[in-house]
Amino acid sequence: MQLTVWTYEGPPHVGAMRIATAMEGVHYVLHAPQGDTYADLLFTMIERRAKRPPVTYTTFQARDLGTDTAQLFQTAVRDAYARFAPRAMLVGASCTAELIQDDPAGLIEAMDLPCPVVALELPSYQRKENWGAAETFYQLARKLAADAAPREAGAQPRANILGPTALGFRHRDDVVEITRLLATLGIAVNVIAPLGASPDDLARLGDADFNICLYPEIADTTCRWLERRFGHKTVRTVPIGYGATRDFIAEVAGLAGVDPAAVLATSNLPWWSRSVDSTYLTGKRVFIFGDATHAIAAARVARDELGFEVVGLGCYNREFARDVREAAARYGVEPLITDDYLEVEAAIQALQPELVLGTQMERHIAKRLRIPCAVISAPVHVQDFPARHSPQMGFEGANVLFDTWVHPLVMGLEEHLLTMFRDDFEFSDAAGASHLGHGAVPHAPVALAEPVADPIAEPVTVVPSGWSSEAERELLKIPFFVRGKARRNTERYATEQGITAITLETLYDAKAHYAR
Amino acid sequence: MMTPALPGTATGCQSAPVLRERGQREVFCGLTGIIWLHRKVQDAFFLVVGSRTCAHLLQSAAGVMVFAEPRFATAIIEERDLAGLADCNDELDRVVDRLLTRRPDIRLLFLVGSCPSEVIKLDLARAAARLSVKHAGATKVLNYSGSGIETTFTEGEDACLAALVADLPADPSAAPALMIVGTLPDVVEDQFVRLFADLGIGPVHVLPARRADAMPAVGPNTRFLLAQPFLGDTARALEDRGAVRIDALFPFGAEGTTQWLHAAAQAFGVDEMHFRRTIAPGRERAKRAIAHSRAALAGKRVTFLPDSQLEVPLARFLATELGMQPVEVGTPYLHRRHLAQELALLPADTLISEGQDVDRQLDRVRAAKPDLTVCGLGLANPLEAEGLTTKWAIELVFSPIHGFDQAGDLAELFARPLRRRDVLRV
Repeated sequence: MQLTVWTYEGPPHVGAMRIATAMEGVHYVLHAPQGDTYADLLFTMIERRAKRPPVTYTTFQARDLGTDTAQLFQTAVRDAYARFAPRAMLVGASCTAELIQDDPAGLIEAMDLPCPVVALELPSYQRKENWGAAETFYQLARKLAADAAPREAGAQPRANILGPTALGFRHRDDVVEITRLLATLGIAVNVIAPLGASPDDLARLGDADFNICLYPEIADTTCRWLERRFGHKTVRTVPIGYGATRDFIAEVAGLAGVDPAAVLATSNLPWWSRSVDSTYLTGKRVFIFGDATHAIAAARVARDELGFEVVGLGCYNREFARDVREAAARYGVEPLITDDYLEVEAAIQALQPELVLGTQMERHIAKRLRIPCAVISAPVHVQDFPARHSPQMGFEGANVLFDTWVHPLVMGLEEHLLTMFRDDFEFSDAAGASHLGHGAVPHAPVALAEPVADPIAEPVTVVPSGWSSEAERELLKIPFFVRGKARRNTERYATEQGITAITLETLYDAKAHYAR
Repeated sequence: MMTPALPGTATGCQSAPVLRERGQREVFCGLTGIIWLHRKVQDAFFLVVGSRTCAHLLQSAAGVMVFAEPRFATAIIEERDLAGLADCNDELDRVVDRLLTRRPDIRLLFLVGSCPSEVIKLDLARAAARLSVKHAGATKVLNYSGSGIETTFTEGEDACLAALVADLPADPSAAPALMIVGTLPDVVEDQFVRLFADLGIGPVHVLPARRADAMPAVGPNTRFLLAQPFLGDTARALEDRGAVRIDALFPFGAEGTTQWLHAAAQAFGVDEMHFRRTIAPGRERAKRAIAHSRAALAGKRVTFLPDSQLEVPLARFLATELGMQPVEVGTPYLHRRHLAQELALLPADTLISEGQDVDRQLDRVRAAKPDLTVCGLGLANPLEAEGLTTKWAIELVFSPIHGFDQAGDLAELFARPLRRRDVLRV
């Protein structure tokens, strides 16, 4: 048993729901008890979808167990088919139904439905949401993909864009961006899937010349199968950030045999980053955590395109841990592979970064620790579905990254003023930085924030032992957003030098030691 | 004190036929009650023994994720527990030890059963007894089931309170005592306690109390008043211990609250004139506050989809105090005895339905086109997109709505969606 407070991923059948909900003409019958319908609200509330997810729950109860749950399942399938007339069906079990072993696959075979049916085997006690989504997409593609139509020589190159789902972090906008990019390159989009695709579209997957694996967490399994089945090549560069987008264009252009020149250098990011106003970004210490794809991409943007220092890098999906370990080695940091958010919190607290790039979980951690934060990855929140176009991918995505990561930070000149006029009452710690929003102001009513005095975890704060009162007072003159770093550096310096009592001198010696 | 029932509806829906349906239920399971229970009892911790789905439900159910450390968690059953590689009881002991080491302030720990734990027949009652002995003197361990195969949404609180009742100390005193039963927001609870003190009723206890060591005693002289309509098992457990239920309307609106208080006043022999005088200011305030929403709601047709079992009392409030017309009042479970007075006040042509087949019920909603549909979060936006105005049912569970001084807020919760529909020009 694993003690869990918050989870980064739902169970695998929620991943299957993300595929079914993303598509048109697919219906999913889930053998599940009442209560599992909570998952509907993820789509209707968080994503504001105007339609119910195409999911029927069999809703068995305790009194049904051991009697007619299999019958209940078949009735639900029959009713769902009659009511929704799907062109393909998914059937499967949630965690509880998996235990009662009704065998949806066997039951469905006996029913002989007049549409293609995929019986999903998603082991709830081993796997999680992303895996469930990937497996579902793969099984649907396998079931539905027909033989490829013959291609004429010299025809316009065609690509599949694979991986965007319902409840994905900015998938809606990324697809628009990448579609536009391909159009500029003169490449036709064959199928975008699962988002917006019908079973008929999946039948045409083989008609493409190559596949774009936009979200490896979802599409990697399917892309590998398409490579084997149709001999497709796969574009694996994920176009998040300016450099990655250029690499992506080069890779796509190479596969399609087109000239990439038309679309290169169309982002504001390089100039915005080189302009002098951005000088203060240099060496800002950033902690990055999310799904592997977004975290790895963010690290590259952070270091190479914004001039930050990556001090922490991790992901919650173990399936892609190797990629994160390799990336972490490139940045010289310890990879953090965990789905325990208490561990992530402890790491952030210990590292005292100046910026956190994470999920909604890290946003809340950062808010409590009063560290600026931007969200870069699922799990998602209603705020991650903005009304405006806000992609993460492509050149416009790079612009969005610049804005959303830089704005939470204290700006260059403001930082100097805060340092110079520490005693100005409006710069007091209690006032917080204006950019952090109301959440950073301790006296503001935050309806759902709970008292910090309630933690399960032992406080991980370094105990400031050995500080002279004079040094403590001086520390308080340092603005709050760098004070943690100053304290940490001073203590590390003192430890290295074998100093037990930290004085005013130690503080400034450490400052000189770590001066950059 | 009660307003006479509407003309021609003397028996209301008391003996009306009930449409019972069986099918897909768009409701939460009983685990969801933890969201408010863990805030109410300040030194209690709720440990769900379940799956990743349970943990995901708990963090999604409130509509937002509340990220500080809550006093609940899930012990997620894993493959090795199921395959018998790990002994579930040993694993549970390990998890509880770890938890209590980190949270020594916890005095009351609930092991909460889930669908998977019920299906694999993990005996949490035995585990609770074992762990209570192990942690004796520091933490008491109780158990109940919030599983979806047995409980719907608010039935989780019912199961939790019923487990508490079994553990309450016996009240040997000969004088009658009043017990208010059901989780209320602290502010509302304080208002009621003040009102009962002003009426001269006492001692007054509440279940659940805010601290584990302050849980009330119970005995043959306990008279209890249900504050929530979903506490069937809790009431039975109290009755088994000799306590006597005071039958009343539920305290929603000026009339419901008056009648609820009045039932207690009568049981405790409070002078009628004193009663009227004492409650008059609150009652008048409630009526004034409700009046603000009357124009928006009077004559409007409302349908409730099953959610929290609050549907019948709330429909009664909307019908008798705001002039709304209930079309269908769906409830996950209809407790006829506790709701008898409520049902009598519903217009006779109201369709009462119990259980759910969501697709069929939505067909009825689309055909009836009510002005307002009260439904769960999974259905609200899709119905809005179809042109129906909705009210999220969960807000009725998560907001202070009981009593005189919340009656206006309660009416406003129903009026706001209609007002919004009228002001928007998009």
